Amino acid sequence: MSKVELTVNGRAVSAEVEDRTLLSQFLRETLNMTGTHVGCDTSQCGACVVHVDGKAVKSCTMLAAQASGSEVTTIEGLAAGGALHPVQAAFKEHHGLQCGFCTPGMIMSAVDMINRYGGKLDEKTVRAELEGNICRCTGYHNIVKSILAAAEEMSGAAKVAAE
Amino acid sequence: MYETTYHRAGSVEEAVKLMGEADGGKFVAGGQTLIPTMKQRLAAPDSLIDLRHIADLKGISVDGANVRIGAGTTHYDVANSADLKAVCPGLCSLASHIGDPQVRHMGTIGGSISNNDPAADYPSAMLALGATIHTSKRDIAADDFFTGMFETALDEDEIVTAVSFTAPDACAYSKFPNPASRYAMAGVFVAKGGNGVRVGVTGAGNDGVYRWSDAEAALSSDFSAGALDGLSVDAGDMMEDLHGTADYRANLVKVMAKRAVASAG
Ligand SMILES: Cc1cc2nc3c(=O)[nH]c(=O)nc-3n(C[C@H](O)[C@H](O)[C@H](O)COP(=O)(O)OP(=O)(O)OC[C@H]3O[C@@H](n4cnc5c(N)ncnc54)[C@H](O)[C@@H]3O)c2cc1C
Ligand code: FES
Ligand code: FES
Repeated sequence: MSKVELTVNGRAVSAEVEDRTLLSQFLRETLNMTGTHVGCDTSQCGACVVHVDGKAVKSCTMLAAQASGSEVTTIEGLAAGGALHPVQAAFKEHHGLQCGFCTPGMIMSAVDMINRYGGKLDEKTVRAELEGNICRCTGYHNIVKSILAAAEEMSGAAKVAAE
Repeated sequence: MYETTYHRAGSVEEAVKLMGEADGGKFVAGGQTLIPTMKQRLAAPDSLIDLRHIADLKGISVDGANVRIGAGTTHYDVANSADLKAVCPGLCSLASHIGDPQVRHMGTIGGSISNNDPAADYPSAMLALGATIHTSKRDIAADDFFTGMFETALDEDEIVTAVSFTAPDACAYSKFPNPASRYAMAGVFVAKGGNGVRVGVTGAGNDGVYRWSDAEAALSSDFSAGALDGLSVDAGDMMEDLHGTADYRANLVKVMAKRAVASAG
């Protein structure tokens, strides 16, 4: 057994779990935070993407013990005070989801790529950056549209704030 | 996944010691190969010794043409190093096309070369750059390090600490990714420098990564894509699987080599 201590969405959590517990399992089964989805469980689909110390990772491909000591952000941590995060709002506005299964991972990957590229995202880059996220419903078109719209809004907001 | 015991090492010495105490342990770096393999129950180490928190294994240093990359440096950090891009852009480009962003955030160069997957990207670059693999025990020339599919010269308790090489005058990597996995169906790294022209081929050979000596000879007298026109790759030396026949891969190796030479300029 390992003692896993994490900061999840700003909240300190700790639990004793089997060493083989995956981070995805820890979030869903130990913390009951089921926003993070498990699609393939074989590192392919990206439904399980969360941020560990600010970087997008597949939580099904990391042990909770490996993450111990880290700051983790999940889909549940994005909306501030009930208001949707700009990426969540853009997915809603542009119909970036159908069944919604891939959506938590898509949104966590989108936030990560916008953090890295800022306003410099174009369609080709978004599509390449979505390499690790699979969607069986949308055909990606509206996901790409949502991410580009959110990126523009977020960089616009950043510009206004800087002025 | 079978049960295992997790240990976090703070230094290379501690990791070696922990491995000595384990009964069938394995090092874990980014975990992007080992964790999926354990989930499939194809690996069942009784202990996992985590190298990811060892600061000495991380970072890139570029001093003139001398490059050293710590084994724990992630694909993401290799892809985005401005210092490395200035002297060896081909390696940054290679790293930027490994897997996907999430894999690049975790996966490390040390893990990739230690695993020596026959379709992994880095091994071809290590051969073409004539890199030296530094370990907790010794320095090994890349030519002696990769010994066959998933095989290396490493001992069970030996840790890759860094790789180093002299930046070439020109280099490039060209890969034909499997459309599903993004691993190489054929990937060719070409480097032209002080030790002549070297060509490393991954994804295709039936004994893992190798140097294409005919291409090296042809490119040494004429460094142009056209110099490869007259060469052929023996399909008998190629892998064959559901993703592609040996003939198909033999053709891909030549096409990728020509593209790499053309973009190395
Ligand atoms: C979806 C997906 C797509 C991928 N696509 C590609 C691709 O296109 N191209 C590609 O090349 N790779 C690809 N990979 C593999 C990826 O690059 C891995 O990061 C890499 O193969 C292993 O690095 P790691 O740090 O994750 O190693 P780990 O998984 O932690 O370890 C791998 C092996 O190396 C050993 N090891 C690790 N570090 C050391 C060390 N310092 N010294 C000695 N032994 C060590 C471990 O004991 C283990 O046996 C992909 C992986 C995934 C999940
Ligand atoms: S559930 Fe983790 S990548 Fe599919
Ligand atoms: S919306 Fe159904 S999988 Fe993407």
